[in-house]
Amino acid sequence: MTLTEFPGPGLSEEQWGLIRALAVSLSPEQMLWVSGYFAGHDDGARRRTALAGAASGPPASASSDVRTLTILYASETGNSETLAKDVAAQAKAMGIVVQLADMADYKTRRLKDEQDLLLISSTHGEGDPPQGAADFFEFIEGRKAPRLEHLRFSVLALGDSTYERYCEAGRRLDRRLEDLGARRLHPRTDCDVDYEEPAAAWIAAVLPLCAPDTLQGAGRATAAASAEFELSPRLGAPVAVVSHDKRNPFQAAILDNFVLTGRGSSKETRHVELSLAGSGLNYAPGDALGLQARNDPAVVEALLDALKLTASATLPGKAGPRSLGEALEADYEVTVATPRFLQQWADVTDAGELKGLLAEDRLDARNEFLRGHQVIDIVRAFPAPGVAPAALTAGLRPLQPRLYSIASSPLAVDDEAHLTVSTVHFTLHGTPRFGVASGQLAHRLGAEDTLPVYVQTNPHFRLPEPERPIILIGAGTGVAPYRAFLQHREAEGATGRSWLLFGERNFRTDFLYQTEWQAWLRDKTLTRMDVAFSRDAAQKYYVQHRLVEHAAEVHAWIEDGASVYVCGDAARLAPDVHDALASVFVSQAGLTREEAEDRLRAMARDHRYQRDVY
Amino acid sequence: MDLAPSPHAPTDRSRDLSQPLDRLGPDETLKADSDQLRGTIALSLLDRITGAVTESDTKLMKFQGIYQQDDRDLRDERRRQKLEPAYQFMVRVRLAGGVCTSEQWLTLDALAREHGGETLRITTRQTFQFHWVLKDSLRPLIQKLHTVLLDTVSACGDDARGVMCSVDPHLSAVHAEVYDLAKRASDHAIPRMRAYHEIWYGEERIAGSAPEEPFYGRTYMPRKFKIGFVIPPINDIDVYTQDLGFIAIAGPDGLEGFNVAIGGGMGRTDQAPATYPRLADVIGFIPKDQVLAVSDAVMAVQRDFGDRRDRARARFKYTVDDKGLDWIVREIEARQGFAFAPARPVAFTTNGDTFGWRQGEDGRHHYTLFVEAGRLDNRPGRPLLDGLREIARAHPGGFRLTPNQNLIIANVAARDRQLIDGLLEGFGLAELNVQSGLRRNAIACVALPTCGLAMAEAERYLPALLPQIDAILERHGLAEEPITLRISGCPNGCSRPYIAEIGLTGRAPGKYNLYLGGGFHGQRLNKMDLENVGEAAILARLDTVIAHYARERLDGERFGDFAIRAGYVPEVKAGRDFNT
Repeated sequence: MTLTEFPGPGLSEEQWGLIRALAVSLSPEQMLWVSGYFAGHDDGARRRTALAGAASGPPASASSDVRTLTILYASETGNSETLAKDVAAQAKAMGIVVQLADMADYKTRRLKDEQDLLLISSTHGEGDPPQGAADFFEFIEGRKAPRLEHLRFSVLALGDSTYERYCEAGRRLDRRLEDLGARRLHPRTDCDVDYEEPAAAWIAAVLPLCAPDTLQGAGRATAAASAEFELSPRLGAPVAVVSHDKRNPFQAAILDNFVLTGRGSSKETRHVELSLAGSGLNYAPGDALGLQARNDPAVVEALLDALKLTASATLPGKAGPRSLGEALEADYEVTVATPRFLQQWADVTDAGELKGLLAEDRLDARNEFLRGHQVIDIVRAFPAPGVAPAALTAGLRPLQPRLYSIASSPLAVDDEAHLTVSTVHFTLHGTPRFGVASGQLAHRLGAEDTLPVYVQTNPHFRLPEPERPIILIGAGTGVAPYRAFLQHREAEGATGRSWLLFGERNFRTDFLYQTEWQAWLRDKTLTRMDVAFSRDAAQKYYVQHRLVEHAAEVHAWIEDGASVYVCGDAARLAPDVHDALASVFVSQAGLTREEAEDRLRAMARDHRYQRDVY
Repeated sequence: MDLAPSPHAPTDRSRDLSQPLDRLGPDETLKADSDQLRGTIALSLLDRITGAVTESDTKLMKFQGIYQQDDRDLRDERRRQKLEPAYQFMVRVRLAGGVCTSEQWLTLDALAREHGGETLRITTRQTFQFHWVLKDSLRPLIQKLHTVLLDTVSACGDDARGVMCSVDPHLSAVHAEVYDLAKRASDHAIPRMRAYHEIWYGEERIAGSAPEEPFYGRTYMPRKFKIGFVIPPINDIDVYTQDLGFIAIAGPDGLEGFNVAIGGGMGRTDQAPATYPRLADVIGFIPKDQVLAVSDAVMAVQRDFGDRRDRARARFKYTVDDKGLDWIVREIEARQGFAFAPARPVAFTTNGDTFGWRQGEDGRHHYTLFVEAGRLDNRPGRPLLDGLREIARAHPGGFRLTPNQNLIIANVAARDRQLIDGLLEGFGLAELNVQSGLRRNAIACVALPTCGLAMAEAERYLPALLPQIDAILERHGLAEEPITLRISGCPNGCSRPYIAEIGLTGRAPGKYNLYLGGGFHGQRLNKMDLENVGEAAILARLDTVIAHYARERLDGERFGDFAIRAGYVPEVKAGRDFNT
């Protein structure tokens, strides 16, 4: 190999020496990673862009005939963020001057000066924006929002048709910008969980509309610089760097998989240890692991039986025909029914009852029906024997990976990733139902099996500097990232104090990782722990009650600079804890409720109030 | 009690209370530094991260009748699940003489259902034990007990344990008087224990200059101290196993006084020949009005001279042997200020219970119900707890717990017998008394899964073991022969195994020592026959000895006596010979 004999362009003797020394010490895998690292290194890219700009006259943005494109994203699980970065990279490649920002960090006063604006937003819960974007939405939908006649915009809305208020956050932005006088560059595109294709189509359609009429001068030079920039793993061309991702998950060996909840528990929560050895996957505490589960073959079989279909029936697909059985196990959600499935099945069966449920004004009845009926229940109740396989799958949403907060730190467990998984299990119409991934982990995995996984980064749930105090609030499996945090802090020898507030049902059986917390309390890795077990006493007691009970100390910790973390249930825990935190400011600092909310918003902006709720 | 100088020969004081704490065992320092048993118990109760209390608090809580335990069946499973052991507490009630009112019964029953895993256990010392009580339930449980004038003070720990008393209903006239003395002795002998009132009842600490424990001081007794009252001819309390036994002597005009027996005790340690079970020596007679004075004197001698260096040898029985019985008796007499009169003649016939209806001298009726291993719970087809609750509701006369872990429904008027019979029948309890002679005389300690000391099963194994021995007895035509069998999960001997005709003590899971030759009414220690063997070896050996017994027994000869006469084991005449 003679590669190392040729010094790179403009490298000093010393730089070249360092690179050669590094090159001989790297494994092929590491080399691949390092190449991506440099390609994507922000500083380097920016410097190159600046250099290119300087070489060809005034900066692009200063040129009056060049418009600036701003891309704003609001991400809950990272999909919007990934897309936004893709768009930014492609825009740069086309010579567009581009600014990329998370709505969580965006200064809203800049909005009135924007020229072209692309917004990518996912929807959270019942039509809400992702939590980080709450301020942005409040501003733009509020009375202080400026008129935006000069603005051109387009919205890419991400959602999940399982939910009633599908893509609602994006729709809200789309409506509101129009109301404020902005001009729509391209119609809003709504994407379901299989967003890749419609998103790509939206990008392909919208970017040329933002591109400058001619590519010359500064624009051309910027384009040249951006072409290099496109290699950035963080901005959209990651194939060479992150060899495993959502589209190409890594087959992780299962190192351990056991029940954490003690005998007699009202629930089952498992601890799963996976090997990422050789995957090239890296994660930080706070990140999630995506797990591409497979459906229970028994459920698929029941579905096929009910429809008088055979597993070997052929189903046309993007990558060629495949067997229906395999497709139902690997590609589609076959348990939870969505409004889309209801629509499809109403069309297939022409059943009056289903059609009736689809009426606009039957929202509650529809939700009630979907809560009480999975796909199998619907096809049994409204039979369509011998239906064309494609007519079945047309109503099904693609099987989505399941995200689990990682319960370990790489500093403590090397190339393992640990998960804390609650086994979803309930009975419906007399038959037991299991969660797809948790059911697979609980019942259908042998010691030799592997699981397809990838890392889902979560930049909104990160440990602060090692000396900063942290307050960790979690219930149930929400404690998982805190195990990662404490492993990390222990390994780092972090000096910051830590206070864990944990809630579950019963002390005796549900105290997840009890002996580990006890050991960390003994060695002072964990400064303090409070627990709330809701089913041990007649009166239900939750973590938020502990926060209120210890309001003075909570306030003192926050005044000392503590970062506050909340992880767990989005519907109950997060708002209740939020209220409790606000009440701490009210009772301890004499703030009004409104001022307390402002404090929390400010803390969130400073990344001192971070939430990972689901 | 003042410490008058001894009028007789000096003795070796190098191991007793006269030494500085650092020359004594670590538990002595723990007690001395515990602020009269307060320790950090109140703080331990507040710690929500663990279901346990600190290690030193576990020792102090014993004095308050509370033993920290954990479900040993789950210990390993939970360790792998990253859960601490399933900690829970055994709570032992102080119930002098095993006498319990119906109101108390109903409260105990309700507490067992709410906090105690829906079970109660009658102990071999005539009281109730709750098991499976969680830390957070301790205060509510103890406070509720207080409402019916029950407590758990001194039910465990280095102090005077619950005082036993014969319950035989046939002897009702003497029983009333002896029981009254037993209760007074119990109340008199226990520590004042202000800590108990503060920790469990939430009472304020009272500042004062007087010592909190005038008798016990800061270091209490060297070890537990057991007192019992027995009314011949039934040796149900096994009076010779008590540290201090009072044997009632009745004349034509009723109770006259007591023969006093000292230095009994069962506990021993495997592979430690210096430890052994010992039967009490009768040292003389006292008039009935001297009971408390004698109790004080005997306890004071043990308090001052007991071994505080080695807890394995801290029981009074070793003090008696180490100092010599004569020296001890003189010391006691010096302290009580009078000499013992010569012991009166006494004859015991059995240490077992007589089941079913019996009429007392007062004309009242009493029903003794067989309770296997003392376990009160509800089982399919045998809802014992439920049935007894109904009886307690219908019957105001109260209950008595026997030292053989059985239950007496006491003081039933003739006209109410039918009512009780109907309830027993209705709950399927009447047939409980239909048992073989072996079963009726069998005792098992709790052992696994709750007792931390157990090395093998006892209570849970008994129902599997007895039918096999019954089959042997039946094969040799001895199905109705009463033979005492006692099994303990460890050598400490809570079921008093060393005086049984067939004794078993646990060594390891499924492995026991087999002892033979104990006296039928508790008058003689047994002797180890097989060491550390499994069930097959035990049954084979018993088959041999029982077959021989069936063939060659003398008229009325007991199985334990035969085992010695036939040479299977030598007779043990003194505790010190038990291991030789």
